[in-house]
Amino acid sequence: MNNPADTTPPRRAIDIVNASLKRRYARERRFRWLGATAVTLGMVFVVLLFADIILKGYTAFQQTYIQLPIELAAATIDPDGTRDPATLARADYMKLIREALREQFPEVRDRRDRRRLNSMISVGAPDLLRERVMADPALIGTTQELWILADDDIDMLVKGYIDRNAPESDRRVSDQMIGWINRLEAEGRVAKRFNTIFFTHGTSREPELAGIAGALMGSFYTLALTFLLSFPIGVGAALYLEEFAPKNRWTDLIEVNVNNLAAVPSIVFGLLGLAVFIGFFGVPRSTPLVAALVMTLMTLPTIIIASRVALKSVPPSIREAALGVGASPLQTQFHHVLPLALPGILTGSIIGMARALGETAPLLMIGMIAFIVDIPKGFTDAATVLPVQIFLWADSPERGFVERTSAAIIVLLAFLFVMNLAAVLLRRRFERRW
Amino acid sequence: MNTMVEVMDKTTGAISSADLAQDRPSAATVGDVTVADPRMTCRDVDVWYGAKQAIKGVSLDIGKNEVLSMIGPSGCGKSTFLRCLNRMNDTIDGCRVTGSIKLDEQDIYDKALDPVPLRAQVGMVFQKPNPFPKSIYENVAYGPRIHGLTNNKAELDELVESSLRKAGLWNEVKDRLDQPGTGLSGGQQQRLCIARTIAVSPEVILMDEPCSALDPIATAIIEELIDELRANYSIAIVTHSMQQAARVSQRTAYFHLGDLIEVGETNQIFTNPQHRLTEDYITGRFG
Repeated sequence: MNNPADTTPPRRAIDIVNASLKRRYARERRFRWLGATAVTLGMVFVVLLFADIILKGYTAFQQTYIQLPIELAAATIDPDGTRDPATLARADYMKLIREALREQFPEVRDRRDRRRLNSMISVGAPDLLRERVMADPALIGTTQELWILADDDIDMLVKGYIDRNAPESDRRVSDQMIGWINRLEAEGRVAKRFNTIFFTHGTSREPELAGIAGALMGSFYTLALTFLLSFPIGVGAALYLEEFAPKNRWTDLIEVNVNNLAAVPSIVFGLLGLAVFIGFFGVPRSTPLVAALVMTLMTLPTIIIASRVALKSVPPSIREAALGVGASPLQTQFHHVLPLALPGILTGSIIGMARALGETAPLLMIGMIAFIVDIPKGFTDAATVLPVQIFLWADSPERGFVERTSAAIIVLLAFLFVMNLAAVLLRRRFERRW
Repeated sequence: MNTMVEVMDKTTGAISSADLAQDRPSAATVGDVTVADPRMTCRDVDVWYGAKQAIKGVSLDIGKNEVLSMIGPSGCGKSTFLRCLNRMNDTIDGCRVTGSIKLDEQDIYDKALDPVPLRAQVGMVFQKPNPFPKSIYENVAYGPRIHGLTNNKAELDELVESSLRKAGLWNEVKDRLDQPGTGLSGGQQQRLCIARTIAVSPEVILMDEPCSALDPIATAIIEELIDELRANYSIAIVTHSMQQAARVSQRTAYFHLGDLIEVGETNQIFTNPQHRLTEDYITGRFG
């Protein structure tokens, strides 16, 4: 179809390419810009989240104390002079603290005012004083300048969460108490000190006495047992499915089920645990044992999938090499394939563990939501875990629990961060080239 | 799984041009498949991958102290046949072997026979050097250790040294036995794999294109080594290089689409092939 009238030279391919270049580059620029925007947006939200939690929570790591000269009268603590621990434990330490407080404010005589004065001291203060005296009985009979734990309302006032200029009816601390606190502050008798209680005590109804030690130990026992159960079972299952099981309809079915189980909402595992472990097998509820069993069910699919991927990525030439020198299939797996797959398996397992550490919903179903003050000492002690503790505190009305909720979240995030860091480091450490 | 795909590809990637298919030979193999002093004897071996037949009625002997090379176009079944000789095909799903393969009068496909000790008797060197990601010493010591061939550390040290010497690698690695085997060069890695194979004192060594990933110098060293190893072992080598087959082997077998076309003295195969397909292949008309 040569048209003699058409005198334009034929278009060269390079011209067509050049014509479309501009559009192609524009598309690439758009895509890059979209990606950068998405990453920036994500980073902004992460920073906002962390800033919010840290700003709300950091004050919980300090606690308000009031310094009082306390006369540890032998007549009150140990009238018989036997230093018998039972006697020391029974003594009325609240009386000692109240007497010391009264001496600071001799003008307060009215019964109701005295009660208000006493309410500035935490109800847990006598217990702390008792511990102090029992640890060092030589203090008995002397007068010591001691830092006494303040009530949570005073704590909030000192930390500035209660507005001193607000109308008296709108705040939990009366003008009278603010006056007392101002006087104590002027005398240097009010200070914020590091909040050891937060890390050494179990939870409490009183914010100033509430700590995360119980929840941390509960999380530790739960997680340790979960790892001990799910790691060998998960890796064993992956090894069998990947390397030994015949490829047939049954193993296909198992594979599909494992993949589906990984996506099942966690509360379903809680219901299952309630019905099977507590209802059928009679495992004590609200214990790290039953929590670990539920968590094991929940983490197993994650570990199995991660382990199978890791095993698959080991080159078949290694298996052939081992089989070729006469290693049995099991020796091939344990001497060569498993060590090479270990970094991937560990990474998957730690990520599964991190998910288990942050899990709340299934634990609500098996009674971990109970209010437990004692720090658990074993797998069968009633316990709660960190995320459930956060959930409980977030539900509490006292102002003091707001900062504690955020502080507990900081601790939880710190543990998650450490676990993920461990996953990365383990991966680097064990990664081998072939 | 990957292994299966690899081997399947080799079998399905066969030359399928029409004129070659018309030249399908009769079942009979040209030349004498037997030797006077056989180490391994294979009779009427068929191999199926699922419904597909990869090896069709192959009979072949491997003599003592000889190097037998197997040549042929891609997908002709030579690697498959080699892998039958130490039952490496067992690891492939859907692979079925019939006929008889005997090692010193012992049927290796006997139900009662354990493939694990068999693979210690019939060692294998693979196409790609595949040392374990462990030290050079551990690579060689692994086989003797799992089979319990030595009683103490001194004996093991001795065995490692002698194996590395036989593989011509000792002088190059004696000062760095604790370094990873994967850090060696390609040719050294392949010799390490040979040392690893001979450390368990096999009777037969199977080599599946051992030099295809190596440069000409490393190839020459390995070929020299193969010639030395012939004194103590029977060697069956699959190769794509006809020059290599001509250089290292005493007998040559030509495979085509799962059939064993022709077997004979290497000299005779390369100078005076009897079958047209063999002639076409070695003169470079295809393959």
